[in-house]
Amino acid sequence: METLFAITIGILVAASVYLFLARDLPRMLIGFILLGMAVNLLILVAGRIGSIVPALVPAAETALLQGTANPLPQALVLTAIVIGFGLAAFALMLIVKSQRLMGTVIPEEMGEAEGDEAATGVALPGEPDRRKDAA
Amino acid sequence: MSFFLILPLLAGIVGSVVGARMSPRTAPLLGAGVAGIAFLSYAALASSVIAGLPVEAAFWSVPSLGMGGGLQMDGLGLVFALLISGIGFFIFLYASRYLAGDTRLTRLSVMLILFMLAMLGAVTADDVIVLFIFWEMTSLTSFFLVGYDHEKPEARKAALQALLVTGGGGLVLLAGLLLLAIAAGTTSLSGIIAARETVLADPTALAAMLLVIIGCFTKSAQVPFHFWLPNAMAAPTPVSAYLHSATMVKLGIYLLARVNPLYQDEIVWQTILTWFGLATGITGGLLALRETDLKRILAYTTLTALGTLTMLIGLAPQLSIVAAMAFLVAHALYKAALFLIAGIVDHETGTRDARLLGGLRTLMPLTAGATVLATLSMAGLPPFIGFLGKELIYEAVLGAGDFAIVLVIGMIFVNGANVAIAGLLSLRLFFGERKPTPAKPHDPPAGMLAGPITLALLGLVFGVLPALVGLWIVSPSASAILGETAVVSLSLWHGFNLVLGLSAVTLISGAVLYLSWPRLMPALQGLAFIDRFGANRAYDLGLAGILRLCDRSTALIQHGDLRGYLRTLFLVTAISLLLTLVLRDGLALPVFDWASVDARALAFLGIAGGGLATMLAPSLFGAVVASGLVGFAAALAFLFFGAPDVAFTQFAVETLLVAILAFALIRLPIRRPDDRVARDRLKDGGIAVVTGVSVTLLLLAVLATPFDSRLSDWFGKNSLPEAFGRNVVNVILVDFRALDTLGEITVLAIAAFAVLALLRPRIEKSATKEPSR
Repeated sequence: METLFAITIGILVAASVYLFLARDLPRMLIGFILLGMAVNLLILVAGRIGSIVPALVPAAETALLQGTANPLPQALVLTAIVIGFGLAAFALMLIVKSQRLMGTVIPEEMGEAEGDEAATGVALPGEPDRRKDAA
Repeated sequence: MSFFLILPLLAGIVGSVVGARMSPRTAPLLGAGVAGIAFLSYAALASSVIAGLPVEAAFWSVPSLGMGGGLQMDGLGLVFALLISGIGFFIFLYASRYLAGDTRLTRLSVMLILFMLAMLGAVTADDVIVLFIFWEMTSLTSFFLVGYDHEKPEARKAALQALLVTGGGGLVLLAGLLLLAIAAGTTSLSGIIAARETVLADPTALAAMLLVIIGCFTKSAQVPFHFWLPNAMAAPTPVSAYLHSATMVKLGIYLLARVNPLYQDEIVWQTILTWFGLATGITGGLLALRETDLKRILAYTTLTALGTLTMLIGLAPQLSIVAAMAFLVAHALYKAALFLIAGIVDHETGTRDARLLGGLRTLMPLTAGATVLATLSMAGLPPFIGFLGKELIYEAVLGAGDFAIVLVIGMIFVNGANVAIAGLLSLRLFFGERKPTPAKPHDPPAGMLAGPITLALLGLVFGVLPALVGLWIVSPSASAILGETAVVSLSLWHGFNLVLGLSAVTLISGAVLYLSWPRLMPALQGLAFIDRFGANRAYDLGLAGILRLCDRSTALIQHGDLRGYLRTLFLVTAISLLLTLVLRDGLALPVFDWASVDARALAFLGIAGGGLATMLAPSLFGAVVASGLVGFAAALAFLFFGAPDVAFTQFAVETLLVAILAFALIRLPIRRPDDRVARDRLKDGGIAVVTGVSVTLLLLAVLATPFDSRLSDWFGKNSLPEAFGRNVVNVILVDFRALDTLGEITVLAIAAFAVLALLRPRIEKSATKEPSR
């Protein structure tokens, strides 16, 4: 079972890396989300998946019984899912913004990373503001 | 604890702070005051030093950092400290008049005070770390002093060159000093020298010695690092006179002399110092004769002196050290005076070109007098101290054994060149026919003349009283260099012997060089190969090469292509994972245990299939839908493997994410296909496969190792007793790792605010005017 799970995770990683290397930002973001998912699953598997009993202390006991699922990776993954969601939402808004401002979601079409007024429509300090000249 | 050892450094610190707030007129006078205090302090120590009493102070020693040496003063340090502070006094007086009216004089004065402080610290430091710090401080201050006229490109270039050569050499020196300190087990210089046997037996002994030599050679402008010194003449004259004749360039000589007790019996040490010193001397003499600029001429003759000093330290016998110390004092006195005079001539006539000057004697009688005194010492004529030094040099060289004849011939040329330059500076400039100059010269004010006259006169006084020089200066310093008491009896007259004969030969050859200078100089200048293949050219090419290399490596690494960065990132990660697994024998071949596979594997099908579908989706919209499949399948997997909490979170987040993606997709080109060309698809696919395989192999390797459950067991045991919760996952999140969860919530809140900020004003505004692009 674990071996099959490991191979599944490998396939998901490969798919997400392929998407990550795409030309447009939305696909990159999807690749990023999938990669995060793959890593979450990897953490779960690395903590062993031998048991399907949730990590709950039974009513009559004071400690977790032998043979219940490992609670630690679950706690880690929970945090990771939520943080990953926050990051994905923020990145998505940046993509929407770049579509609004530059009319493209393809980094190669955005010109220079910095200081290219033609691409960003914003003049950096020390750079002549061509919008004013035009007006 | 000797107060007078600390006072000059304190005065320097206070002086530089106070001086920075003073006017350009008064700041140099403050500097002169600091120099005067320093000189008197060291003079007060002189009697103890000469008597051989220990003079030390635990100043600047930080035992907790392993810097225990503090300050110490012996004969060698005393000579340098007196020269630095004494000449410094006159330099400040001179600068106040030479640059009178220059508003930057405050800055110059503060820099000079800092420089003097660094020099004094360096020659009194007994700790190699303290020494290094002061050493580099002289390089730094010299950078600002050489670049004083920073609006001139050549001054900036010269300043950078001096900094790169001497500062870089300082780093080499640091490596050498650290090796010495590690070998000796102490950072104290005297401690290192005392542990001579241990230090020399260390396997790093040779490396340490070579590193120290390189460091000293860069500072003292020895071949092949000599080129920065003449270029540094871009500095104002007081700076050149101070840094580049009397003090900073002699710091390398000082350190060579300082560590001489350690290495004086080493053949490598003797050989390198002797021959590089001689080469520097001859190079300096040769190059001095092809210059016409007074300051550059003097700079090259300084090279001859530095080379001679290095050579003398390399020659083993006691006599050579005595000669070195006598010559050191002689040279400092006449060279500083002559630099100052060159500045006066420049200041008064408006030119420094030796060919355009002549007959200044009647117009500037006092300057002429000082010049004659200084040049007589430079030419090595009795009864000046220069004569004493030169005689000792010949005596030392004659005792050098097998190669004595080569050294003697070399020294005759070097000293002959100095005689010729001395003649040039006095006879040609001040006697003979008067030549028209841009300005009408007259003697400068007393402040400018005080230095040259005093220094030149001292050369005469010291020459007339050789016994005094021997007892007070040469004997204590030579003893410090040799590590044993040096018996010194100096006298001007040794009778008619070989040495006197060599002096005569030197004078004659010098006279010949002087008389033929008008023809010799242009001939030497015509030798273009010196400029084409010289060390200066090598420096230029090296610097340009470094810049080119930076250009190329930047273009290679910082190419600006986002996908290129990502490809590199993934490939490096995957390959380093695989390499580690292979090298550490971590490769575990997949073992299929079909019996354990049950219906839960359907979730795997959803994950892998959803991933591949996202990858191959023809439009963005399809990709989003397919990625949702992956998310829900992953939630199922969590549910199947005993993680219901995670599964519910994953369900909730996935739903939200799909909703947000759908919201965003309306504003994005949803039909956009994956428009990579076939070649890119192949390349990216390869990278994707390699990364996926490496992750699978990593996970299999992890699964093949025994599981360490201690941490999980601890949480399982303590969840109820400590935190009163039965759901262990929840207890970890909200109790044991509550702070992490708080951080997580904060991150989420910040992301929410950022999204809000991104969405609100600009989007509204740009929504009204649809982008035309």
